[in-house]
Amino acid sequence: MSDPRIAGASVTHFGKHPERTGRDLFAEAGLEALSQAGIDPDDAEALYYGNFMGELAEHQGHQGPLMAEAIGLDVPATRVEAACASAGTAVREAVKTIRNGEAEVVVVGGAERMTNIGTAAATDALAIAADDLYEVRAGMTFPGAYALMARSYFDQYGGSHEDLAHIAVKNHEHALVNEHAQIQKEITVEDATEAPTIASPLGLYDSCPITDGAAAAVLTTESYAEERDLDAPVAITGTGQGGDNLALQDRPHLAQTPAADKAADEAYEDAGVGPDDVDFAEVHDCFTIAEVFAIESLGFYERGEGIAAARNGETTRDGDRPINLSGGLKAKGHPVGATGVAQLATVAWLLDGSHPRADAVPDSTVGVAHNAGGTVASTTVHIMEVRE
Amino acid sequence: MTESAQDGEYDAWLDSIESDNGYYLECSNGHGWLPPRRVCPRCHDQDLSEVDLPESGEIASHTTITVPTPQFEDDAPYVTAIADFGPVSVTGLVRDVDPDDVSIGDVVGLDVGERVTTGERAVVFRPR
Repeated sequence: MSDPRIAGASVTHFGKHPERTGRDLFAEAGLEALSQAGIDPDDAEALYYGNFMGELAEHQGHQGPLMAEAIGLDVPATRVEAACASAGTAVREAVKTIRNGEAEVVVVGGAERMTNIGTAAATDALAIAADDLYEVRAGMTFPGAYALMARSYFDQYGGSHEDLAHIAVKNHEHALVNEHAQIQKEITVEDATEAPTIASPLGLYDSCPITDGAAAAVLTTESYAEERDLDAPVAITGTGQGGDNLALQDRPHLAQTPAADKAADEAYEDAGVGPDDVDFAEVHDCFTIAEVFAIESLGFYERGEGIAAARNGETTRDGDRPINLSGGLKAKGHPVGATGVAQLATVAWLLDGSHPRADAVPDSTVGVAHNAGGTVASTTVHIMEVRE
Repeated sequence: MTESAQDGEYDAWLDSIESDNGYYLECSNGHGWLPPRRVCPRCHDQDLSEVDLPESGEIASHTTITVPTPQFEDDAPYVTAIADFGPVSVTGLVRDVDPDDVSIGDVVGLDVGERVTTGERAVVFRPR
């Protein structure tokens, strides 16, 4: 079994590009990833592609072959949908395909066009990741769902909106040097706590923006990379995926994310590493409280202790284990179907030293990507390690 | 889906609440769920029976939503909550109480109301 190498990766600018079609966004990322990999595109044997709301935003289903065509490939192409974890789940399929010996080169990516339909329609589209009968019809929005989880967390473990503000401040600061990021603007704790409320207790600065963008990566077997002397020092050494009840009302706890616990446990075991080995992580902070759930599920903090990590400076770029050096979804942006691959790319670039925030984690060898769908009813965790 | 088609067991469940015969589905091991369910997702038991919903539950968490979807545009701001009715929890809109006065632990009853924006039926909680 060969741990896939990341031979090339690319992301578009994440931001407001309402006039750009999904296929053009993906073509930019996919072609650049192939170019970075320096491989013969004819060697690519499959595409796994993440997309969540293409039917609603672009009236476009059946995007697998469309996106393969957009990057000039004639390969079996599969669209993967797991809400905001679509691309992370696509990565997992690509990893399995390579490990199973079914392909030597696989392209994985994702794209989402969102701003063209406006905030109200995008909010509506995102809500379909929740249970339509029992949540959406009771007025649930995604900020609303995470607000329910945040209030439950405060009630069970303590913490405050000000603690969450420190997460937003951190991630905004991290994104200042990320030219792909949607928001490059420093904010203060007061900015975050005094911002308009979206769904109490969460405000504007607790929420990631609505984003257009795409990401792609080229994965190869170790032997393929070595035979062609590719510059591919980073391997995906662990993959995990977990699930949970779709509706919050059906879960025993509102302030825990067991799907992520399961994904993390599986990925760590697969890679043969543990939380203490991890130098940094890119986690799914669609809302500030989601970063808290993520770092607790990844085993970096006990339940109820993740809330203070940013305030204490432990997850900032000069902290012991930086979280979301890209700026996270919060500042980098969250083109839903692309996010998991953008996280993968970020971790690879931080490990190989080419990311603008790589100076925060010099000599790092193990990074993690945590990608969550819905209210964490789907989660993938991938461990990446420097191999040469 | 045509305009008039109902959502099977879900609409039947709303009907039961409207007629004060609200129920939930319980498996042999006491796990509670709302319909439609053919199997308990927790223990795989397929012997699910209808059990009367308790008359009141407690709010487990709540949020006041000010940025709604278009289907709730005229409802906003409104409170969505999850209320704990023992073996089963339910998501609904909190009515007849100022949003600022809603707290975890508040005792509520279950009812069927209407969305302001569309007039469609919705699960609502009222203070008890």
